[in-house]
Formats: sequence, C-alpha cells, structure tokens
Amino acid sequence: MTLRRWLHSSALALIAASGLAAATAVTAQAADHMGGTLNLTGASAAGTIDPQINYTSQFWSVLFITNDGLVAFKHVSGESSNDVVPDLATAIPAPQDGGKTYVFTIRKGVKFSNGKDVTPDDVVATFQRIFKVSNPNAGSWYNVIVGADACLKTPATCTLAGGVVADDAANTVTFHLTQPDSEFFYKLATPFGDIVPADTAAKDLGTSPAPATGPYMITSYDPQKNMILKRNPYYKEWSKDAQPAGYVDTINYTFGPKPEDEVTAIENGQQDWMFDSPPSDRLPEMASKFPNSIHINPLFAIYYAPMNVNIAPFNNKDARLAVNYALNRKSAVNIYGGPRLAVPNCQVLPPGFPGYKAYCPYTKNPGSKWSAPDMVKAKALMKASGQIGQPVTVIADDQNVDPALGTYLVSVLNELGFKATLKVISANIQFTYIQNTKNNVQISISQWYQDYPAASDFINVLLSCGSFHPGSDASINISGFCDKGIDAEINKNLITAVTDQKAANAEWGKIDAELVDQAPWATMFTPKQLDFVSARLKNFTFSDQFHMIYSQVWVQ
Amino acid sequence: MSDATTDATLPKTAAAETPEGPWRVALRKLFRDRTAVGAIIVLVLIVLACCAAPLYAKYVSQSDPFQSNLDGSITLDGNSVDIMQADTAGLGLGVTPIGPTWHGQYFFGADNQGRDVAARMLYGGQNSLLISFFATVVTLVLAAIIGTIAGFIGGLTDTVLARLLDVLWAFPVYLLAISLSIVFISKGIQIGPFTIPSNSLILPIMIIGIVYVPYVARPIRGQVMSLTRSDFVLAARCLGVPSFRILVRDILPNVTTTLIVFAPLMMALNMLTESALSFLSIGVQPPNASWGTIILDGEDLLYTQPMVAIAPGLAIIITVLALNFLGDGVRDAFDPRAKLRVKKD
Repeated sequence: MTLRRWLHSSALALIAASGLAAATAVTAQAADHMGGTLNLTGASAAGTIDPQINYTSQFWSVLFITNDGLVAFKHVSGESSNDVVPDLATAIPAPQDGGKTYVFTIRKGVKFSNGKDVTPDDVVATFQRIFKVSNPNAGSWYNVIVGADACLKTPATCTLAGGVVADDAANTVTFHLTQPDSEFFYKLATPFGDIVPADTAAKDLGTSPAPATGPYMITSYDPQKNMILKRNPYYKEWSKDAQPAGYVDTINYTFGPKPEDEVTAIENGQQDWMFDSPPSDRLPEMASKFPNSIHINPLFAIYYAPMNVNIAPFNNKDARLAVNYALNRKSAVNIYGGPRLAVPNCQVLPPGFPGYKAYCPYTKNPGSKWSAPDMVKAKALMKASGQIGQPVTVIADDQNVDPALGTYLVSVLNELGFKATLKVISANIQFTYIQNTKNNVQISISQWYQDYPAASDFINVLLSCGSFHPGSDASINISGFCDKGIDAEINKNLITAVTDQKAANAEWGKIDAELVDQAPWATMFTPKQLDFVSARLKNFTFSDQFHMIYSQVWVQ
Repeated sequence: MSDATTDATLPKTAAAETPEGPWRVALRKLFRDRTAVGAIIVLVLIVLACCAAPLYAKYVSQSDPFQSNLDGSITLDGNSVDIMQADTAGLGLGVTPIGPTWHGQYFFGADNQGRDVAARMLYGGQNSLLISFFATVVTLVLAAIIGTIAGFIGGLTDTVLARLLDVLWAFPVYLLAISLSIVFISKGIQIGPFTIPSNSLILPIMIIGIVYVPYVARPIRGQVMSLTRSDFVLAARCLGVPSFRILVRDILPNVTTTLIVFAPLMMALNMLTESALSFLSIGVQPPNASWGTIILDGEDLLYTQPMVAIAPGLAIIITVLALNFLGDGVRDAFDPRAKLRVKKD
C-alpha cells in the first residue's frame, strides 16, 4: 500500500467513523428526549374521531400521528411538508391508462394497533366506508373513482366494484378513475384516506377510535374532558418521512379551558401547547416575557365574510361590492392580533399558494395590494344598489376573534346604511348553520384552511356549482355562488392540471380574479399561525398541512 | 270679653288634630332617612347621566359608541394618539385599545372595537335601568294579580295558582332565566301577526319579569289571605258589601304598600339578573349595549385594560347598593310594623 493510498483509506475510514459517531450521537441525543407526557389543551373538542368523517384541523393534527394512508404528507417542517410520500404503500405508483389507473403495492409487516396486519382488503373496505359513512367530501373528492356514482346514490350497499380492486396474492390495490385527477394523491394523503380495518363499523365511530397504524393510539376520548394518546405497541418505524416514531410516551389533550386560561397554564408550565389562538390582549405580555416560546408560521388560510348571493340584500352585486370597498382590512387584521399575525387579503387564494397572483380592486388605489378602504365608492355603490335600510344579520361563532370580527362587520354594514345586527352562535353549530340555505343566512364570518396545496381546494371546493347543495348542512359553497361560465373554466382547468400544473396554476390566478370581481365574499385577511408553547417543549416541528407535529416535539 | 281669640284658634286646633294620611307619613319617614335620601340622590344622578348619553357622545366623547373605530386616533395633550395601539416592543405582537385618558374623550379608555367605554356605559346604563325598571313592573303587576286572586278567591283557584307558583319557584331563578333566554333570543317570538325580534329589549324584560313573579306573588297571596280574614273585611261582608268592592277598597290598598316595598329591591335583583344574562350573551343583543355586555367586552381585556370591565361593574354595584338602601328606607317607611324613630315637629 502506498502512502497516498494509505492516507486515502485512513481519511475515508475517519470520515466514516465521524459519520457513524455523529449518527450515533444524534440517535443518542434523540433517545435522551424519549418519554414524558405532552400536555395539549383546547377550549373544546372537535367532535368525532372517525377519520373518514372528522373534517377539522384540530383533530386532523391528531389523526396525522395516529393513522396512515397509502400515501402521506411528509412529517417535516417547511415547504417539504407539502410533499406527498409513500406511507402504507411501498411507492408512489406511476399513472397508467392516461392517469386513470394507479396500482399501489401495500407495505408488508405493518400492523394495526389491535395486532392485525394491514391488507389490501382493508384498503378496499376503507374506501367503501368513505361513502357508507357519508364522508363530507365523498361527492367532491372521491367521485372520480369508478363506481362512486352508485355509492353516492346508495351508500349502504357501496362496493366500488371495478373502482378499487384488491389483489391479495400480489398484495396490491388498484384504483380505477373515471377521469384523471391531478390531486388524487393529495386526497389520499388527508385523514379521509386513512386506512382502517375492514371490519370497522360503517357508522360514525364517535368517541371510540378505530385501530390504526401510527406511533400513537387514542386510548380514551371524552369530548367534555380529555383525550389520551399512548404509544402503539405494534408500531415499528417504516418510513421516517411518512410516519416517524414519536418522542413522548403519552399525550394528554385537555378540553374546556378558555384561551385566557390556556395561556396562563402554558406560562406556568401546566400545559405545553394550546390549540386556540391566544387572546390578543395577552400577546404583548407573551411576546415580552416568553419570546422563545412563540413560534409564528405562515398559513394557507383565509378569514372571509361569505355573502348569500341568492337572497336580499346580497343578491345585488353592487351591495356586495360596497361591502368589499368599505371593509377596512387593516382593522380586521388588528382584531386578529396585528400585522405580525395576519396580512390583508382581497382574494380567494391566500398569498404564496399555488396559483396565487396578487389582485385587489377593493382598495383606494386598486392594484395588487390592499391599502385602505374606499368609503366614497362604497357609499356610491350602496346608493346605486337601492339596498339602504335593508335589515342584515351577521352570523358569527363564539370562539376566538370571530365575535369581534362580527361586531366590526356589523359596524361597517351600518355605516353603509344597512340595519345590521349580530347573531353569535355556538361554534359547534355555526359552521353547518351558515351552510344550510334553509336558515336564510345573509352574511357570516368564516374561515377556510387548506386541505392540501392546490388552488382548487379553495376555488373548486368553496365556489363551484358542485359545492352548492341547497337545504343541506354540507353545502360548503356558503355564498351559494354558481356562475356557469366560471364553473366551466374550473372544470377545464382541473383537466389541464393533470398534464400541465404550471399552466393550470396560471389559469387559477385568472379564475381567482374573476371570482374576486363577482364579490361573493368579502375576504378579510390571511392569518398566520402563532404557537405558544411551554418552556420545556423543544424540537418544535411545523407542517404546513397539519401544523405542530405532536410526535416530533419533546418535553424532556 | 270677646270670643275672637277662641274663634281664631278653632281652625288651628282642628288642623292639628286632623290625622296625617298614611302616604304622607310614609314619605315623611322616608325623607328623614338620610341613607335613603342619599340613595335617591345617587339614583337620580345615575338616571340623569344615562339620559344625557347622546349629549355626552356628541359633545364630550365626540364619537359614535356603536361604531367600531379600529383605525382612529384622538388628540391627547396636543399629541395624536392611536385608539388601537400596536405593540412595538419585542416581537411586536398584539394590538391593545387605549386605556383610560381621564379626559373627555375615552375617559375610561376604549374597548376591543375602539369604542369609547364611557359613552357606551351611559347608553348601556339606559338599557340596564330600563330593563330592570320595566321587568320590576311586570313582576309586581303579575304578582299582584296572581297573589290577590289566589288569596282572595281561595279554594281550587288558590290551589292551582299556588302550585303553579311552586313549580316556577322550584327552578333555580338563573337557570330558568338562562333557559328562557336561550330559547327566545335565538329566534325571537312570533305570535300570530305580532313579532318580537330577537334583539328586542322586550324579551329580557319579559323573561326577567316572569322568573321573579313567585318571589313577590307568594307573600302577596299570604297577605291577602290574612286580610280576607281580618275583622274589617268580615264586617264589610256582613254589611253586604260586594266582594269586588271589598277587594278594591279594602284589600288592594293594603297590598299596595307591600308592592312598593318590594319595588326597589326587585329592581336591584332584576338589574343583577339582566347583567348576568347580558354577560352570557343572552340578554341585551349587539349592537345595543348594557352594563352586562360591556363587562363581557372587557373580559378579553382584563389583563391589559381592566377598566373596560371594572367601570360597568362599579356602575352596577353603585346602582344596586343605592336601590337596596332605598328599599330598606321604603320598607321602614311603609311597613307600619317597622320601628323607625320619627321626631315630632
């Protein structure tokens, strides 16, 4: 061996040893942080824990660490958290048949928390169950699966025959779609696509969790009290990206305290994290005394006031435009907590989202950015609308900043000449109440957070004709807006997105502007996520999809 | 000897011997009670201040207390000051309303909508006083009718009415008021062509008025039963005086003093109940205000601007105390069994 070769070999050995040592150190360090109880708190629970039914960001964060789908959003911080990776499937399948067929190979050796193996039959049963339990998005997300039409008509007998086909021998599941869907993997990666055992009851599980595959399992859940999560004894890490092992041994999610009390409990170290937004009057104190406990992250979300375009007074476009011009978005931002925590927005899409192109006509200097309300124009439009003196009731829920936003909106409407009043109703029912046309809601305060990073999740879901279901509690197009021309553009763009995402995103930007011009809403602002954590909570990991990842933080 | 002196003194003697009416005696007793007089003065000042709310808003506060003012500013000691003040230290989080200025504008500071709390308190006081007053009227009128009918007629009528009162009495008063409020304030009331909207003040007036009826009706019933068996009523019956006449001429005047004694005490109770309901968002509905709703507005500002909750709380305490002191005075003055020393002129 020459000296040079010896040096070369030694250097390589040294590097390898250092790498090994570093890896060992990281593992050892990680091991040091294993254990303890993570204490979470929220003012209220978020209803059922049935993954095929629950549609709340609060419990999707829980399901993110308890359940798995065929694919998953990466469990990491930053932009990568929007990436879809294989989870219970061994790989992301290549599209076949022009994007209408996908063959997933199921990962072997993964077990549910009851000890049973995950099989292709479980996958088929899960997708049948989506229809059997009337999943909120069954008709809008999963209607592309062959056989979905029959399932939507008669959910109880849903088989998805020819749509989702299991092959036990090959350990595969094949999905056949009626048309290509560029967002199909995103839809599979949300908790609606979480795989549950084939023998899971085809009804709302309520407070009884289904066996699941993640590192944690829900051992008890009382919506009036708390939810306890413990380690799943059958979990073994198969993909760090898709479902990494957790640090804490137990997660105790307490329900009931008011946000004021939640802040105090975190300051005192009695809780580690709060779901609710901290009250704005506590923010200066939190920022000055506990700056290291505050984490601010951008959100793809909007706060908006949907106006019912089918009943007076907002069936009049001028009246809707007047509200948009009169709305002082800076005031709304101040109510939310100030410019560090929200940015004014006039559009359907939040800033930075795929397809977003800055556009704001409802400001003193129309262009790309909101600067100030234009009351002169608003009042002129109001006069032209002939709606002065019309009674209007604003419906807001009773949580967080919503009552204050409702009060502010009432003030704006009264300034315009409406006779506005505020009706604050429980957050448990407000969201469904404002959707049902039978309640004749004229205007309300609402929010929308992305389900997945695609413009259609805002535009198609919230403002397409297909999302408007008169007389139903599940009519997410709260405005009842249905423009056949725009709808045709949306449908055309959904097809474009399958082959050319860039062109589709450019088109979404145009559609967004068209919708803004029609003013079915008065968009107020895009919020940011403020997480206030205890001094002992470290390794804060924030996913764009599901926010703080409970399994990745440690408390010791 | 002339009789002129004697003649001249006759009318004087007659006047001195004419007994004072019971009302006059009671009022004289009342106005000799310094605590009661102090309470009356305080209440009159509060009522006058609340009546002057529009003037205060226009000329002193110079703001509309029902319009949000989140982007406004005022001039204070020559400097322009934002009403909603963004935190500039540290991470720069949060926006806090201006605190008490102790000047004309924003004397007690602003709420989380940037509205002048002092001006809202005066408007809110109008509603609090109005509701507690008219709810008291409802309570007393209903209690008088039910108590008198039950006590005077007796028999089956008394049994039915007394049991109805018992049923109403059995409910904790706040629980009953909250339940009724939740039912009616969510949708209002529609009876035939008549509609009471959910934000009408009539709803809290009626709800609060009704829940306290048993508290007054039962003593009234007992008093009427006692009066019905009294000698002067029995004498009247023996003389063949019609029952209705006995009721109007002999029973009701005696009951009236009891109702008067109850009035200020009930008004104090009603004010507390109204504040509690409004604090729970099931009393006075926005954009109207009452002292209870202003306390609710201040709940979210307890850490930074506690005056928003403290000021209306103090207003309630002062008014309720004044009403209670007045109630004590009225009771001492009107209750013939009360032992109050009255100096002779």
